[in-house]
Amino acid sequence: MTMVRRRLGSVGAFLGLLPYLGFALFPFYWMLLTSLRRNAEIYDVTNLSFLVQKGATLQHYVFLLTGTQFPAWFWNSLLVSVVATAISVVISTAAAYGLVRLPFRGSSFFSIGIFVTYLVPPTLLFIPLFRVVTALGLSDSRLSLIVTYPTFVVPFCTWLLMSYFATIPKELEECAIVDGATRAQVLLKIVLPVALPGVVTATLFSFTLAWGEFIYALTFIASGTHKTLTAGTVAELIRGDVFHWGPLMAGALLASVPVVIAYGFLMDYYVSGLVAGATKY
Amino acid sequence: MGRGRAEATVPVSEPGRWSPRHLPRTLPLWRGQEMAGLLFVLPAALLVGGLVAYPFFYALGLSLTSKQAGVVGQFVGLRNFTDLMQGEIFRRTVRNSLLFTGVAVAFKTVLGLGLALLLRRASVGRRALRGMILLPWVVPSTLSVLGWWWLFDPLNGVVNLALGKLGLISERIPWLSDPFWAMVAVITVNIWRGLPFFAISFLAGLVSIPEELYEAAQIDGAGKVACFSRITVPLLRPVLGVIVLYSIIMTVSDFNIVYVLTRGGPMNSTHLFATFAYEMGLASADIGKGAAISLFIFPFLAAVAYLQLRITRGATR
Repeated sequence: MTMVRRRLGSVGAFLGLLPYLGFALFPFYWMLLTSLRRNAEIYDVTNLSFLVQKGATLQHYVFLLTGTQFPAWFWNSLLVSVVATAISVVISTAAAYGLVRLPFRGSSFFSIGIFVTYLVPPTLLFIPLFRVVTALGLSDSRLSLIVTYPTFVVPFCTWLLMSYFATIPKELEECAIVDGATRAQVLLKIVLPVALPGVVTATLFSFTLAWGEFIYALTFIASGTHKTLTAGTVAELIRGDVFHWGPLMAGALLASVPVVIAYGFLMDYYVSGLVAGATKY
Repeated sequence: MGRGRAEATVPVSEPGRWSPRHLPRTLPLWRGQEMAGLLFVLPAALLVGGLVAYPFFYALGLSLTSKQAGVVGQFVGLRNFTDLMQGEIFRRTVRNSLLFTGVAVAFKTVLGLGLALLLRRASVGRRALRGMILLPWVVPSTLSVLGWWWLFDPLNGVVNLALGKLGLISERIPWLSDPFWAMVAVITVNIWRGLPFFAISFLAGLVSIPEELYEAAQIDGAGKVACFSRITVPLLRPVLGVIVLYSIIMTVSDFNIVYVLTRGGPMNSTHLFATFAYEMGLASADIGKGAAISLFIFPFLAAVAYLQLRITRGATR
């Protein structure tokens, strides 16, 4: 009886979720449709259909890859995101371990500082940071992003990793220290393997945050060839009053592919990172 | 600190002061825990100090000057702030920010809770469901908002086409070119983008509530409403608080959605703090004023940080 009720409840819940799924996914479906349609169909205001009717085409993708700087932006995004992620994860791992396991005078103050920094939105500081970046001679370079992206990634990852490190039994490390291992060895050979899910989550989030970052890329980088995907697609593909919706939608979709792939393979890590903030209290 | 380093690199030079047990095996981390902790935290501290704390104080300084691009700024006291307060666009920006944040966070909270309750009951295909629901949150917002921009296109956009075909509207709605509808559009997109985060976080909170509580309540004769208001809501409150507070700061500081959909238009009617700061500080090159506008996000940040820390402490006590 309860079994049946539960089944019915599950079906009911699924039906209840359907309208929301439509709302959540329709924009992506429509983008895909637009990117595959010929211009005549895109701009046909008399006909509303939810399929490609007049023959699918890859012409918008071809134009994007051969007629615009899209490939360069893709490479820039990849370079900036990978390097910024690598730097951030190393810095965060060390900081999180230090704060959890090696308390020093003022470390609790620093923990709170990290937490507050994690709440600082990039839009609060983009103007002074732009001037700092310029003063360092980095404006209009990809290095400006590699240097500044860790400012919002490191606080998040440190906070995330602290909760992972705190769950590892201290005894594990103490045994190793008694056996003559150094702290650095303990961190690398004992703590990290156990906290690997946390490190994977931190890496995934760093990459996603860096890949999707927009306002710093828009502000710090002026020349088209140095732009990342987000800034390039918005600032360079939209020209004048006539929008080229086909290539624009193709670009928005292609630019999303790496994070969606990473997310598809590592969804459980993603979810655990997402809810870490909510459930650790 | 310097002495520790010297001893570490040439440990045998002062053998009398060290028992062999104290001989550092590697780099000088091992004088003591304090030192080690500091060294581990140092890179993050330098980063946060140099590229977060320093720019913040620098912004405070800039906001008190008449600095413009390429021109040396003069100290003007609080004039940027008083000028802004007297300007109609800035007042509108403040109202927009409060409206945008209030409405969007309210919708995300209520709908997110509803979704989480449904998701908990859906036992089949939970993984696939979760995967699809999270997609709007995963895709970089700048890119997905480009899609929304096209959906809202007044002439060719599918929203107007569909509403027209359904006979719900007789003439096209000027999404994005009418102040009211533009605000409706940016709020809708913010809800679309943020809802998955709320739903999945609330779901995690719901799942952590022990099933026995509900069973016991049912035996005592409690109905569904009583279960919800007496068990679910109180036990979910910490998670609810944390997520809502976090979302308030992220929503009030939003840039991407408004920038891509409206650029703050039509006629500066949809600006939020961040887009107006960008407009003023970069497009118009009035750096002092731009910095001042950005700083209006700070009170929200301070309030959220304070309340979040209180929740954390309350829970760990």
